[in-house]
Amino acid sequence: MELNRASSVIFAERGPGVAENETSASFWTYTAGLAFALLLTAASFIVAQTNLLWPAGVPAGLAVLAVAQMGVHLVFFLHIGTDSEGTNNVLALAFGVLIVALVVAGSLWIMDHLNVNMLTPAQMAEMQR
Amino acid sequence: MLGKLTWYAIPFNEPPAMAASAMIIVGILAILGLITRKEWWPYLWREWLTSVDHKRIGVMYVLLALVLLLRGFTDAIMMRTQLAMAAGGAAGYLPPEHYDQIFSAHGTIMIFFMAMPFMIGLMNFVVPLQLGVRDVAFPVLNSISFWLTAAGALLVNVSLVVGEFARTGWLAYPPLSELAFSPGVGVDYYLWSLQISGIGTLLAGINMVTTILKLRAPGMSYMRMPVFCWTALCASMLIVAAFPVLTATFGMLLLDRYAGMHFFTNDGGGNFMMYVNLIWIWGHPEVYILVLPAFGVFSEVVATFSGKQLFGYRSMVLATLAICVLSFMVWLHHFFTMGAGANVNAVFGIFSMIIAIPTGVKLFNWLFTLYRGRIRFEVPVLWAIGFMVTFAIGGMTGVLQAVPPADFVLHNSLFLVAHFHNVIIGAVVFGAMAGYYYWFPKAFGFTLHRGLGVVSFWCWFVGFYLAFFPLYAVGLLGMTRRMQHYADLSWQPYMIVAEGGAVVILCGIVATIAQLVISIRTRESRRDLTGDPWNGRTLEWSTASPPPAYNFALAPPVDSLDAFWVTKQRAAANPPEHYPAIEVPRNSANGFLTAFFAVVFGFAMIWHIWWLAILSLASAAIILVAFGWMERIPVEVSAEQLAADERARQQTMVPG
Amino acid sequence: MSAQEGVADLAVREVPRAASGAGPSPVRIVVGYGFWIYLLSDIILFSALFATYAVLRGQTAGGPSGHELFELRHAGIETLCLLCSSYACGLAVLAMERRRVSAFYLCCALTFLLGATFLSVELGEFAGLLARGAGPSRSAFLSAFFSLVGLHGVHVTVGLLWLIFLVAQTAYRGPLDYVRRRLLCFSLFWHALDIIWVALLTLVYLMGAR
Repeated sequence: MELNRASSVIFAERGPGVAENETSASFWTYTAGLAFALLLTAASFIVAQTNLLWPAGVPAGLAVLAVAQMGVHLVFFLHIGTDSEGTNNVLALAFGVLIVALVVAGSLWIMDHLNVNMLTPAQMAEMQR
Repeated sequence: MLGKLTWYAIPFNEPPAMAASAMIIVGILAILGLITRKEWWPYLWREWLTSVDHKRIGVMYVLLALVLLLRGFTDAIMMRTQLAMAAGGAAGYLPPEHYDQIFSAHGTIMIFFMAMPFMIGLMNFVVPLQLGVRDVAFPVLNSISFWLTAAGALLVNVSLVVGEFARTGWLAYPPLSELAFSPGVGVDYYLWSLQISGIGTLLAGINMVTTILKLRAPGMSYMRMPVFCWTALCASMLIVAAFPVLTATFGMLLLDRYAGMHFFTNDGGGNFMMYVNLIWIWGHPEVYILVLPAFGVFSEVVATFSGKQLFGYRSMVLATLAICVLSFMVWLHHFFTMGAGANVNAVFGIFSMIIAIPTGVKLFNWLFTLYRGRIRFEVPVLWAIGFMVTFAIGGMTGVLQAVPPADFVLHNSLFLVAHFHNVIIGAVVFGAMAGYYYWFPKAFGFTLHRGLGVVSFWCWFVGFYLAFFPLYAVGLLGMTRRMQHYADLSWQPYMIVAEGGAVVILCGIVATIAQLVISIRTRESRRDLTGDPWNGRTLEWSTASPPPAYNFALAPPVDSLDAFWVTKQRAAANPPEHYPAIEVPRNSANGFLTAFFAVVFGFAMIWHIWWLAILSLASAAIILVAFGWMERIPVEVSAEQLAADERARQQTMVPG
Repeated sequence: MSAQEGVADLAVREVPRAASGAGPSPVRIVVGYGFWIYLLSDIILFSALFATYAVLRGQTAGGPSGHELFELRHAGIETLCLLCSSYACGLAVLAMERRRVSAFYLCCALTFLLGATFLSVELGEFAGLLARGAGPSRSAFLSAFFSLVGLHGVHVTVGLLWLIFLVAQTAYRGPLDYVRRRLLCFSLFWHALDIIWVALLTLVYLMGAR
C-alpha cells in the first residue's frame, strides 16, 4: 500500500476553506455570509453610536455582536464544519479560543488586581513628586 | 555606517572574555579548516545542511543541544566557583557586571538552546518513525525551523565576542531591560536571538501537530499511537499556543527600546507587570513543553525494558492532555509576591497543586509498568529510575511553593533555584540522556558504549544531589538567587559542596563525550544489524538502523498499540512481491539561506546598522519568494531500488 | 512536468471516513490543517496584543484618549473594504475551483483593490494621528493602539504582496495542485484577518470612541 505519495490522488474530503464539491462552498454561502456580516456590522455601529441599547449594556451588546460576526465568518467563509476532517478543525479552534480567553481575561483580572493593590507605575511616579 | 558598532565592542580589556572568545574562534576555525582539508563540504552541504529529512534534522538539533550544553555548563561552573569563593568580604574572581551576564546567558542558553532543541530533535527523529510515515508534514519548513534555531544560538554566542549579553536574568524583566536602564546591546542580543529562534520553534510546533494529527500509518488510530507521540502532540500544541505570546511580548519590549514606545516603561503610562504577566503566560507552558517529551521518552523506555506494555495507556493519554490544558492556568505562581492579592493567589495556587495530580498518575503508571516486568537494567532504565526519584522530590518542592504564604518566604531564594533545577535536570536532562542512548543505535547503526553510559549516569545523579540539595538548605536560610557575593560565612560550606557537585556533573559530561568518541572508534564491534537492539515495541524498531531516507518501503501493519511488538509475535510473513515506486522530497537550501540572512539581520538590528538590516531582511524575503516560485520536484525512489534495499536488509539481519 | 500536474484532473476517489486510523490524509487536507494551526497561533499573537491594549487603554499619560482621536467614519469605511475584500476572495477561490480564469483574475483584482483601499485609509488615519502629536511614543495607550492596529495592517500588507505572487504564479504555471493549495491558504489568511478586524473594530474603535 502506498502512503504519503506527494499529492498523487485528490480526495473529496474537505479542509477548512474550500470544498471540491459544491455542498458547503457556493456562491450563495459566501453571499449569505456577506449579508449577515453587513447586518451585524451595521448593528454594531448603531449600538455604539445611538442610545438604542441601554448604556451600561453597550459593551456586552457589542461583544455579542462581534462574536456573532466572527461566527458568521467561521461558518460561511471558513467552512468550519462537522464533517470527519472538520472535527480536528473545530477542536483546534476550541483550544485556540480557550487560550485567547485565558490570556485576555486572565491578564485583565490579574492586572486589575495588581493596579488596585500596588498602584500603577504612573500613580507611583505621581507619588514621588 | 556601522551603527553603534566600534572596535570597543570586542572585550580587549577583559582577559576572561577575551580568552573565551579566542577559544571559541580558534575552535570554530579549526573545525572549518578540518572540513575544508578533508573536502567534506560537498557531502555536508548535500547530506546535512540542505537536508529536509526529519532524521537528519533531528540529529542536527540534538548536536546543537549538546554543543550548547557545554557552553551553558561552563557558565554554571563559573558561577559555582565564584560563589564558593566570594564569602564574607571576599570578592571572588568574577566582577558583578560579568556575573550578571553569565547567569543570564546560562538560563537563556540552557532553556532555549539546549533543552528545547534536544526535545524537538528527539521528537523530530522519532515521531514520523513511530507513526509509520515517511516524514513530517512539511519537510522544508522543518529545515527552516532548525536553521532559525541555530541562527539564534549563533547570535547569543556572538555576544561573547562582539559586545555584551543581557544582565537582566534569563527573562529580561523591565524596567531593567528597558533602554533607560540597559542602554547597551546586551538586551538586544537577547531579544533578537530569541525572536529569530522563536519563529523556528513555532514553525516546528505547527509541523509536529499537523504530522501527528494528519499523517499516521493506516490502522494507527489515536489510541494506538505510542505515548511518546501523544506527549509530542501535547508539547507541540503548547508550542503553538504559547510561543506567539513570547513573540508578542518581546516584540513590545523591542518597540519600547527601538521606537520609544511605552508598553513597559516607567513613564508614559507603561506597566512593567504586564510584561511579567505575559512572559509567564508563555513561561509556564514552556516548562511543560520541555517536560512532556521527556515523560514520553520514559514511557517508551520503561515499557521496552520491562518487556511489558505500558500500564494504563488510556490514563496516560488523559493525564497528558490534562497537563496540557492545566499548564495554561497556573502562570501567576511565578509572581505570587507581586501583589495581586489573596484571592488571585489562591486560585492560581490551587491550580498549581491540581496540576501535580496528572503528573502523579503518570508516575504511578511507570511504576506499575516496572512492577512484575522482566527489567533489563540498560542505561536508559537507570536514567528512568533516577528521574522518578529526582523528579518526585523536585515536584514536591514545587507543590510546596505553590502555597502562596510559603512562596512569600521562598520566592527568588536558592530554594526556588534548587526546585527548578531539580525538575528540569531530573526530568528534561535525564530524559534527554535516556532518549539519546535509546535511539542512538537507530540513528547511526551502532550502539553507544554501555560502561561509560553508566558512569555518566552516576556522575550526573550524584553530582546533581551534591550540587543542588545544599541550595535547598541555604535557600531556607535566606540566601537569594543571582548573588555575586554574600556576607554570611556560614553559607560558604554549602556553596563548596555545591561546587563539588558541579565538578562531579562535569565528570558526567566528560564521560558522555568520551562515550561518543570511543563508540565511534569501536563502532564496527557494536553494529546493530537487526534494527531492533532493545527488543522494542514500537514501529521505529521495525526499520533498518539507520533507516533509509524514505523510512518505510510499504506502510507498516498496525492493528493495535505496540504495533511492532504484535508483529514480532506473529510468524514472519513472506516478503512482498511488489514495491510501488515512491517519491521523497528533494533537498532544499531554503532553511540554511533564510537563517543566514536572519543572523545578519539580527546582528544589524542589534548594532543599529539600518542599511544592513534592510538589505538582509529584503534578501530573506527574496529567498522566500524565490524558493516559493521554484517547482519542487520530488526525487523518485524506484521499485527496483526499494526491492534492493529490502533484500540487503534481510541479508544483514541476524536470523532469529 | 511533475507528478502533481498530471493528476490534477483525476476522478475523485472514495476514502473510508470511519476511524482516525484511515491512514495519512491527502496533501490538501494536510496543508490546509497546518495553515489553520498557524492561523490559530497568529490569533493568539494578536490576543496578547489585545490583552495589552485592554490593560493599557486608560493610560493616556495626559495625552489624548480614544474618544478624542477615533473617527468612526473611517472605521466604517475600513470595515466595509475588508468585508467586501473577503467576499471577493471567497469568489476568487470558487472561480479557481471551477477553472473560470477571467472570473478568478477579476475577483483577485477586487480583493487586492479593496484591501489596498483599507490600507490607505488606515495609513491616512495614522498620519493624521502622528501630525497631531498622538504618535505611539506619546503614551502607553497609543503604543498599544498603534502596535495592535499596526500589526493587523502589516498582516494585510503581507497578504496583498502574497496575492500578487499568487496571481503571478497562476498566470505563469496555471491552476496546478500546489498553486490551488496556496490560494486556499491565502483565503484562510484573508478571512482570518477579517475576523481579527471585527475584534479590533469592536474593542478599539466602537468601545474606544465612547
